[in-house]
Amino acid sequence: MSARVTLPQAAIAGAIALFLAAFLVVPVLAVVWIAFADGDGGLTLSHFGAFFGVSLLRESFWNSLYVAAASVVVASIIALPLAYFTSRFRLRGALLVQTLGVLPLVMPPFVGAVAMQLIFGRNGSVNLLLGDWFGLNVPFMDGLNGVIFVEALHYFPFILLNLSAALANIDPAMEESAQNLGAHGVRLFRRVVFPLAMPGYVAGASLVFVKVFDDLGTPLVLNVTNMLAPQAYLRITSIGIEDPLGYVISVIMIVFSILAMWLSARALRGRDYATVQRGGAAAPRRTLSRWQAALAYGWIGLVLALVLSPHLGILLLSFSKVWSFTVVPEAFTLANYETVFANSSGMIVNTLVYAGLAAAVDVVLGIAIAYLVLRTRLPGRHLLDLGAAAALAIPGVVLGIGYLRLFRGVEIPWLGGALTASWIILPIAYSVRRLPYAVRSCTAALQQLHASLEEAAENLGASRRRTIQRIVVPLMAGGILAGFVTSFITAAVELSATLLLASSESMAPMSYGIYLYMQSIAGRGPGAALGVIAVIIVAVGTYASNRFMAGRAAHLETRT
Amino acid sequence: MTTPVRVDVEKVSLAFGATQVLRGIDLSIEPGEFFALLGPSGCGKSTLLRLIAGFNQAQSGRVRIGGDDVTRMAPWERNVGMVFQSYALWPHMTVAENVAFGLEERRQPRGEIRRKVADALALVGLAELAGRRPGQLSGGQQQRVALARTVAIEPRVLLLDEPLSNLDAKLRVHMRRELVQLQRKLGITTIFVTHDQEEAMTTCDRIAVMSEGRIVQTGAPMDLYDAPATRFVAEFVGSINLVDGSLQKGIGEGALFVSPQVGSFSLPAIESMPAHGDVTLAFRPHSVAVAGSPADPGLIWLSGSLAEREFLGEFVRYRVRVGGADILADAPHLSGTTWFDTGARVAVGIDPRELRVLRR
Repeated sequence: MSARVTLPQAAIAGAIALFLAAFLVVPVLAVVWIAFADGDGGLTLSHFGAFFGVSLLRESFWNSLYVAAASVVVASIIALPLAYFTSRFRLRGALLVQTLGVLPLVMPPFVGAVAMQLIFGRNGSVNLLLGDWFGLNVPFMDGLNGVIFVEALHYFPFILLNLSAALANIDPAMEESAQNLGAHGVRLFRRVVFPLAMPGYVAGASLVFVKVFDDLGTPLVLNVTNMLAPQAYLRITSIGIEDPLGYVISVIMIVFSILAMWLSARALRGRDYATVQRGGAAAPRRTLSRWQAALAYGWIGLVLALVLSPHLGILLLSFSKVWSFTVVPEAFTLANYETVFANSSGMIVNTLVYAGLAAAVDVVLGIAIAYLVLRTRLPGRHLLDLGAAAALAIPGVVLGIGYLRLFRGVEIPWLGGALTASWIILPIAYSVRRLPYAVRSCTAALQQLHASLEEAAENLGASRRRTIQRIVVPLMAGGILAGFVTSFITAAVELSATLLLASSESMAPMSYGIYLYMQSIAGRGPGAALGVIAVIIVAVGTYASNRFMAGRAAHLETRT
Repeated sequence: MTTPVRVDVEKVSLAFGATQVLRGIDLSIEPGEFFALLGPSGCGKSTLLRLIAGFNQAQSGRVRIGGDDVTRMAPWERNVGMVFQSYALWPHMTVAENVAFGLEERRQPRGEIRRKVADALALVGLAELAGRRPGQLSGGQQQRVALARTVAIEPRVLLLDEPLSNLDAKLRVHMRRELVQLQRKLGITTIFVTHDQEEAMTTCDRIAVMSEGRIVQTGAPMDLYDAPATRFVAEFVGSINLVDGSLQKGIGEGALFVSPQVGSFSLPAIESMPAHGDVTLAFRPHSVAVAGSPADPGLIWLSGSLAEREFLGEFVRYRVRVGGADILADAPHLSGTTWFDTGARVAVGIDPRELRVLRR
């Protein structure tokens, strides 16, 4: 690492800072400013007073908190046993369970929501069967229950993945010593295993909380409007961009997102419990007794059935003529796909273009930020890192509102036309929202790269720029691709900011199209067909990146 | 203090998948004995220790502790205390909480737990660190906490899995003395797994040397050193010279040793020496004399050239090329001792009383 700061480094840092300022910091500050502005250039809390004076908004506030917290609880109930069973016991198909456990993530929750309603709703398949057999009707999907159910099923993998990683990182001797001193079963889990895996759990749980708290698409598709994100959206789109309460809601959402992330960071501080020692073997898995095994497999089966139900439901719906008041659709057709390809192929193209552009921007920024932070002594370089990470705490709705307000009347340089009416605003919003993912993968990739590899290149006569080209980027390729794919697939199904920023149907991406179709009963079929296509795009992307990463890792291992 | 118990391992075999890790282990450890399982990595010593703790299940054979068959018992039912190589202190608990854990699992009264925790920490000299977290302790302190945590439950047997391997060299020597003192004070039957022969010899009453899942030789440290039963034990315990050859009928009670490497010479009668056949002569470098020409007629003298010398402080280690073999000879060093130079023609003298004859 060279102590000297070069002009190109400073210029690149400046360009990134400018981008983050224009499309993240200033729009968000504008939102915050309006929430506190009294209209005469002064500050006031009167808008917040007004917010808590409206009973619908008070109710929305509590509902959002309740839904987010309840989703964390339900997601934990699903994820905890899965993580523990697969990491500590001899189970057939543990790998399958872990793989299927990630499947929910490839289906955006607002797409699955409609299918879930058809399967678990008041007149859905499950309740029709329960009614026939037991005369029961369970309100899985009524009101807030529906949001909690859909969100928990979609986001539990965050807890599963983090918790599984944490469990895998515990030195087996930690548990064996507890057993040696007399602990076993539930006490062993409660006193030693869970506390040691706590950091992983907290990281996953806080992520779930923030994601659910900020989600706009799922409540809207389920027709639940008494929550914060839908209220902010409805305020701005129906009352208008001047309505201060929309901004107050935005500020509250930002505050709670930051609060949740801060709390989790605080809880994790000084608790790096990754206790695997050098030469440590993997935990020897224990054998389950017969009834324990029956219980474990029963639970796993139930969870997998739940996990796969939205996928199955959306697939059935996409091929169905009509589906209501029956357990499965009565007649099947390909017409929905024909409709989609005839009317909405533009949306598919839009999605590919926007998500591709956003991911490309993210990867370039990600490499630059990772390099500046890890390999230079540029003053203020950590601000870039922090700025990029801050995007995680900004809900899509808020970013959308900020853009609409800040860029109102702003013309695109040279090309002309209003920025807020142009499609360009969408890839920009996507790239800002997904930047943290790309920065994280690029940073991780560069961290693993020993600086001596670069020093060797420089020692042999390569300039800084040539070293980056020939050594750094090729060796970071795996991380870069992972960042690209993550940004791409999550941008491809972004809905919150899209709902606010897509101003015409011709510029709309698939996520918006799915949402529009799902508004009417007749549109559900084509909406589902479009959803299936979106899921396939996401799934293929995920699979390809996993394959590439695995191949890449094997390739590098044989070399080093 | 509990009465010391004996540990018996009877015909224990264990395989992980297709790999046979333990092959018919038989072992009897006396009450109160400090016993070492010594061997290179992969010899099965840790597996055997974990089997006694209950973490591995034998495919055949039995384990008895104090005469009770514990073969099918769960680890938490055995009351066998184990100190792990990584110490395995729980980072989310304080030192005192770590030590109290096993007592709490035994549902002992609160006051009793407090007293025993204090006693255990005092025993290892860490009373003042009770409120610390493991992450705030040095390696040596963590080691002591792990010991205190284990002895607090007053186990019937103490198992130590390479307990010194994570410490630096100086601390290791210090800790191994403390271990011996602690074991003597508690009088508890102790099994110590190590790959370091010096550690085993300095601490333990008896040692079982293991290789490829078998026990090769069991005995007191001095017996193993002076009378290794096999080439493996001879090489593993201390430095040694090994010369292959065959024995033929010699003059009187002695025999003629014929080696393709160093030539032939006659040997006096040596205990347990076969009359003829292929053997290996084993002798320690410090029993070999180096001289400009053969001196003491009681020694067997061979001539060679000095290939290499290493100064090790207390002695100089010469590597002498004799025919096709290298013979190590340690010459004690005092200030002013003159050394032979490399390349010099020298004679090496082997003391027949220090010779061991190993059958091949």
